[in-house]
Amino acid sequence: MDRLGAAGYRETNERDMGKSGISLYSGRWRQIHCRMMTGLCALAVLTLLAVLLIIMTYILLQGIPGLNWQFFTRPPAPVGLPGGGVYHAITGSLVLVGLACLIAIPWGVAAGIFLAAPRRPGPLAALVRFTADVLSGVPSITAGIFIYTLVVVRMHTFSALAGGLALAIVMLPVVTRNTEEILRLVPRGLQEAALALGISWWRVMLHIVLPTAARGVAIGITLAMAGVAGDPVPLFFTALNNNHFSLDLTQPMASLPMEIFRYAAGPFVTWHRLAWSGALVLIGIILLPMLLARIILPGYRIRR
Amino acid sequence: MSYKLRVEALQAWYGQHQVLKGISMPIRANTITAVIGPSGCGKSTFIRCLNRMHEVVPGTRVAGRVWLDGRNIYNGINAVEVRRRVGMVFQTPNIFPAMSIFQNVVAGLYLNGIRGRRQLQERAENCLQQAGLWEEVRDRLHDTAAGLSSGQLQRLCIARALAVEPEILLMDEPCSALDPIASIRIEELMRELKASYTIILVTHNMQQAARVSDYTAYLCDGELVEYESTPEVFIRPKDSRTENYITGRGADTRPL
Ligand SMILES: Nc1ncnc2c1ncn2[C@@H]1O[C@H](COP(=O)(O)OP(=O)(O)OP(=O)(O)O)[C@@H](O)[C@H]1O
Ligand SMILES: [Mg+2]
Repeated sequence: MDRLGAAGYRETNERDMGKSGISLYSGRWRQIHCRMMTGLCALAVLTLLAVLLIIMTYILLQGIPGLNWQFFTRPPAPVGLPGGGVYHAITGSLVLVGLACLIAIPWGVAAGIFLAAPRRPGPLAALVRFTADVLSGVPSITAGIFIYTLVVVRMHTFSALAGGLALAIVMLPVVTRNTEEILRLVPRGLQEAALALGISWWRVMLHIVLPTAARGVAIGITLAMAGVAGDPVPLFFTALNNNHFSLDLTQPMASLPMEIFRYAAGPFVTWHRLAWSGALVLIGIILLPMLLARIILPGYRIRR
Repeated sequence: MSYKLRVEALQAWYGQHQVLKGISMPIRANTITAVIGPSGCGKSTFIRCLNRMHEVVPGTRVAGRVWLDGRNIYNGINAVEVRRRVGMVFQTPNIFPAMSIFQNVVAGLYLNGIRGRRQLQERAENCLQQAGLWEEVRDRLHDTAAGLSSGQLQRLCIARALAVEPEILLMDEPCSALDPIASIRIEELMRELKASYTIILVTHNMQQAARVSDYTAYLCDGELVEYESTPEVFIRPKDSRTENYITGRGADTRPL
């Protein structure tokens, strides 16, 4: 940083030193300027890290005391009784997010591939991109209401299926755009080399571009997953909540964000502690696939 | 001798900008044709039109006809088929980073449905040998290609292009990133390949064009200025622009 900056200024310096020998960036001022910019950058980074650190330590401090075997293995205790856990919400969240992934990942990745493909941009691509843009602009409550009228009203009950669908709607455009952006980072030359071998564009995308960018795409997917895993809003009209452990897709299902919401808004101190622990578990569940994607999948440096 | 490829009134655009302004040239089978000309005159664009790679860039347009064995590649043939018959080697070696050396060589076959292990292995060995790379990589066929030198990578790209058995090989400045010895090896390789392929070579290196090619085309500002047998072009150029370019004089030239 420092050396780069100095070299840049030296050039300016020589150019600006006209006959007068006076320069905007002469000696001392140049050094001060350089230090100031470095300092500002460092400050920004430190602020960000500090905020992150404070949040994480706070959640850890508040959440860890509530973590015990029961917390992971038991459904909630009846109101007023101590103990109980969020077992039902952990499994519920896994099922709901899993359902959403089942729908949003194949469709989203396929749409992303389609958008990033080396073809002439046709009306269909424009339509897909426009739809993805509109969908990602739609507030998540709208997805909930939409599925409510479409599924819940017809099935006459809130259900995990409806919840998964609502989450899928929220997740789909994010997966699509993340995938497209990442695939676009793969150099054109690579696509062209493959096309020039007489390989059709969709095979090029699927077998050459996608594997090259697999890690980025996977991280993009986990980010989209993280977004929906922590969002209770689409679930209010769809999966709702459930006090009991259930894997029945046609019945309401609990989820971590809904339980955190319920416990945090409740009147009991024990509930508040459960909410904190729930938040901690939620963060863990979100971080796990992200770390896995980074560890398992290879990243490629593309030589030019 | 028969004409493998006949280019007729070929025009090409990037958006509104016309780069090729009507090029007509017949190209004989089993010859090496060098395409030379100042930077930006449209050499790359020209050869990219010969295997329909030009249309891959958004906003581009092509007009004219290119007859490959008497069939117009812009009419009634699928672009994928055209590219299978007209292979291409690029200026920068674009290896597929997620694949091993072996997989890189056979990618064009494998992804077009040829899956027989023995067959792929034979073809890979054969093509690597043709490209003069076999001895250097035979012990690390299944390693990633990232560990190869630029010259080796370029030969790998040639092997990869040969693996799909094209009839024509387009080469866009294949030696520009290589040292003289690696370049000479690729030139030798081209001479060997001439027996079974028709080669069109874009180069900025006049000596290379003179050494390796049978015919030379001088392109200037999107027009074909001169197209003759290579000795003819280098010894008795008809057009003063060609002469200036070859000898390194004149306004629109860039020596070597
Ligand atoms: N992707 C592109 N978009 C717009 N214009 C382009 C594009 N590629 C090339 N051109 C223009 O087309 C003209 C011809 O380019 P081309 O790459 O064919 O030249 P070239 O003869 O191969 O040059 P060089 O010897 O430098 O490789 C140039 O004026 C260039 O600016
Ligand atoms: Mg070029």
